[in-house]
Amino acid sequence: MLKDFFFLGLNNLKRRKVRSWLTMIGIFIGIAAVVGLISLGQGLQDYINEQFEILGGDKIIIEPKNIGPPGSATSKNLILTSKDLEVVRDVKGVSKAEGIIMKSGVVTLKDEINVVFTLGMDEGYFELFENLGNFEVIEGKELTDNDKYKVVVGYNHAHGDIWDKPAQLRDTITVEDVDFKVIGIRGKIGNPFDDNAISIPKETLKEILNIEDEESQIIVKTEKGFDPETVAKDIERRLRASRNEKEDQETFDVTTSEQLLETFQNIFMVVQGVLVGIAAISLLVGGIGIMNTMYTSVLERTKEIGTMKAIGAKNSHILTLFLIESGLLGLMGGIIGVILGISLAKAAEYVAGIYIGSPLLHASLNPLIIIGALAFSFIIGTLSGVLPAMQAARLRPADALRYE
Amino acid sequence: MFYIELIFLSTMVKNNEIIKLRKVCKYYYLGGEAIKAVDNINLIIHKGDFVAIVGPSGSGKSTMMNLVGALDLPTEGDVFLDNINIKLLNESELALLRRKKIGFVFQTFNLIPTLTAVENVMLPMIFNGVDSEERKERAEILLKNMGLEHRLNHLPNELSGGERQRVSIARALANDPEVILADEPTGNLDSKRKQEIAEMFEELSKRGKTIILVTHDLEVAKHAKKKYQLKDGRIVK
Repeated sequence: MLKDFFFLGLNNLKRRKVRSWLTMIGIFIGIAAVVGLISLGQGLQDYINEQFEILGGDKIIIEPKNIGPPGSATSKNLILTSKDLEVVRDVKGVSKAEGIIMKSGVVTLKDEINVVFTLGMDEGYFELFENLGNFEVIEGKELTDNDKYKVVVGYNHAHGDIWDKPAQLRDTITVEDVDFKVIGIRGKIGNPFDDNAISIPKETLKEILNIEDEESQIIVKTEKGFDPETVAKDIERRLRASRNEKEDQETFDVTTSEQLLETFQNIFMVVQGVLVGIAAISLLVGGIGIMNTMYTSVLERTKEIGTMKAIGAKNSHILTLFLIESGLLGLMGGIIGVILGISLAKAAEYVAGIYIGSPLLHASLNPLIIIGALAFSFIIGTLSGVLPAMQAARLRPADALRYE
Repeated sequence: MFYIELIFLSTMVKNNEIIKLRKVCKYYYLGGEAIKAVDNINLIIHKGDFVAIVGPSGSGKSTMMNLVGALDLPTEGDVFLDNINIKLLNESELALLRRKKIGFVFQTFNLIPTLTAVENVMLPMIFNGVDSEERKERAEILLKNMGLEHRLNHLPNELSGGERQRVSIARALANDPEVILADEPTGNLDSKRKQEIAEMFEELSKRGKTIILVTHDLEVAKHAKKKYQLKDGRIVK
């Protein structure tokens, strides 16, 4: 019997093709937005998790408190120094601590000029990580502490569009008027910051930029068996003492990788929440559209409802018939919405891939989201149909038959 | 629902009164004023009768039709359909009663415009829970008996008026009811089709169906065995 009702419902939707389509637009825009945003959001989340897996959960990051991107101008007392690094290394539970310098600088390759991020690092820096992931050199070799005017370039220098003539091994790159020889090329990490950067030995970077004593960032690896959070608190206390700063007025930040992940996820959830909220409003409007269409339909088909009652339809039959019809409107809107949403997410991924070269925008297709979206759209449709369907079911047959 | 079926079974054999109206009144209220559409009607129709109810428009024919067909309840008095007082039934019991006992034929045919002829005839059987193969077979037979074997899969708007009315008669017969209630069935037809449809009712009557024909057309009413004339909500003849 239900199968027959689905047939009757579909039949009625086909009869009012234009109106059915217009009604479905309301639903499929909302569903497309939800599916698109969630799958892109899921992709972003996957990416963040992946990056943190490389960083490792046992890391603590110390940075000067500043506003703006790393390396931007900071006043003298806001920088970290080698003395701070020594203090940190002395804290119980710290297995290893390394400083890194990040500066943007003018770089020349084969008469072309660019401003890129230059990372100054020691060999020890690489030992912080069990797994460098794609930060690993894929061509040539990694810097050692014996190198002086050698450079390892990010993936985009060799394979991206930074240079008209991409960098190759043994090319000469000039940084702040000093020549460096390219000895390695890193793998594709996916974020433009890392892929566009170049790495040179820390001491060399200090020398060519006339930096006396500065660390842009100190990364700590916690000793096994110690809680990174506790160690971070200790580091904060010790640094405060050595830098003569009062609590809550520190000029530095100590963050564990867990906290960093949490911060990202919190921002992410707020953004996603707002976007999905907007999409939900459009779904609500779509639902009201279905309700409106169904009310009109009840009015138009009053005589038909009377006829069906005369030939033996019960109130519950009429109710079911109209609910199925509105549910189908929702479901078909949902199907189109899911297809549209996935296409939009894939398109966004494709466009981002071309223009940013970034896997940050990656559409993650979770079958649960698709099934959920379809079920949800059917439910919205059905719920929106409840009131009109009840009105139809309650019509008195004699009155309905008389209706013109 | 089960007990209704029991009542059906127990009463069907008792006597052969299929419809009984006892002091039936139906009022409509228009602007606070009661209009007596049906005024104190007493009527008994026996199984197998072919009854015509004639009268000018506004005489209460359609209202009486709705009461007899259990589409509406009387304001006063009692309507018995196969010895069941329809006042005592709820909506779904009334639906069941209509489905089992009565086949309706309307002046404007009232076919569902999105369904083909055969699907329209199948519709009452869907509500009656007949399985899909059986109802298709039965619908086809009914339409063939109406001479519509070449029109099975046509939509109502592809059929002529006479053909539509024959589809609607086939639909009325779908659940094999005892009573056929026809409300001005020839009102929208030319005289040749009128004759055809009237003869069809005569034929159904011969096969044992109880036919109640509401019409203002005396030509059509002639085919009935009994005639009641309605005026101002009362039976005058």
